[in-house]
Amino acid sequence: MMTIEEFGRQLRDGTITAARVTDECLQRIADDNPRLNAFIRVMADEARQQARERDRELAAGHDRGPLHGVPISIKDLIDIGGVPTTAASRVREGHVADRDAPTIAHLRQAGAVIVGKTNLHEFAFGTTNEDSAFGPARNPHDVSRSPGGSSGGSAASVAAGMALATIGTDTGGSIRIPAAACGIVGLKPTIGEVSTDGVVPLSRTFDHVGPLTQTVTDAFLVFHALLGDHIARPPAPMPLHGIRLAIARRYFCDVLDDEVRARFEEAVERLRGAGAHVDEIEIGHADLISTVYLHISLPDAAAYHAATLEREPEKYTPNVRLRLEMARYLLAEDYVRALAGRETLRREMDAALTQHDALILPTLPIPAPPIGSATVDVAGRPEAVRAMMLRLTQPFNVTGHPALSMPCGTTGSGLPVGMQLVGGRMQTDALLRVGLACEPSIRRGRGGV
Amino acid sequence: MTIEAWLRAAIADADARKRPELKPLLEALAKSTAALRQADFNDDATR
Repeated sequence: MMTIEEFGRQLRDGTITAARVTDECLQRIADDNPRLNAFIRVMADEARQQARERDRELAAGHDRGPLHGVPISIKDLIDIGGVPTTAASRVREGHVADRDAPTIAHLRQAGAVIVGKTNLHEFAFGTTNEDSAFGPARNPHDVSRSPGGSSGGSAASVAAGMALATIGTDTGGSIRIPAAACGIVGLKPTIGEVSTDGVVPLSRTFDHVGPLTQTVTDAFLVFHALLGDHIARPPAPMPLHGIRLAIARRYFCDVLDDEVRARFEEAVERLRGAGAHVDEIEIGHADLISTVYLHISLPDAAAYHAATLEREPEKYTPNVRLRLEMARYLLAEDYVRALAGRETLRREMDAALTQHDALILPTLPIPAPPIGSATVDVAGRPEAVRAMMLRLTQPFNVTGHPALSMPCGTTGSGLPVGMQLVGGRMQTDALLRVGLACEPSIRRGRGGV
Repeated sequence: MTIEAWLRAAIADADARKRPELKPLLEALAKSTAALRQADFNDDATR
């Protein structure tokens, strides 16, 4: 499977064309989408037309930059003008976006070829992609398992070679969770860095837009294109020797599947062996992360969905409806307490990063769970799947710090394991440089199937 | 409003709306809210 970097080299030396690679992606979609259910809408005719136009431009000497001609999929939560934004919900029946979201406009300016819109957990309100009006997306590594969520179709599309990159959203981990579950790279930028205009909101306080790709370099290129910087070139990796990493074991390593723990510790040891300093630190209020997250994200979601919950509740999938209805009972005073908690956690995370280049932790405490399971066994104890999926990603939606998930090996049964790096706020490029430095040491093969 | 009073009112409302399946979710939320209210970052009029 080709990375964006490899695609660019071969496109410019004439070995391939955008039209040919787009056709190959569309063929994989035709072959595998019945099995994976990654796409809600395939935009084959538009994609072929865009790809041919990009090839004509390049032949005429017009090179838009690293994303020129690159086939990309888009989570069906983001507006593409003239196309429905379903949010994987019957509630959105009849909707057609009247214009491109700014991020889509930036991708078009960068020369990306949009192959289609991908499946997700309904309204991005879930971590497994099981509750979708279009049926569950499935994990390319094992179709009996979830691809993670909510950007599950997006991650599956890249892991299965249906697109070279995809755009997801992340409110509690919805880019990083499926990236880890499918064995690819996922970047949640700093809060507010990439526009969320034209994106169906889950929690306007915590929503982020970002890329899922095969490599950190590709994540850099797509991230910059989303910002409107479509000629950016990848920076040099930060030298790994002397890099300062921090592990907060309490809370962040308390509840881990045995194989996830083993892959994570192996990755840490490889980084140490390559010259990285790894310190142990504490995040004082880490135990309150999920309660702070809930008391802010639920009122946000309740406000957005209140009218449709009253008018046509039967159009929601049952689990999403239930959680949204629960959200409407929260009290304003508890929301304000959670805002104070958010500031406390943000200060603690900032303090942890003043002496370190990045925090390092697993992305998911468990491998991709079987579709339909409400609980999983973790080190001999039953744990709720939803709580497990969110546990290690939602902290950085609360604090707004950029977080990068990278593959760091597989379980004995071949399921991917992901590791996160977390950087300073508004220092997403610096985080990506740390990621570039760490990637060769922690990676075991490419993430695709 | 105390958490106990809030939980009673919320469950009663859910029952009135014929949504008794909300009860376990509300009970779990009540535990989470109790943890939030006990946090040391909360304001206090005596401080």
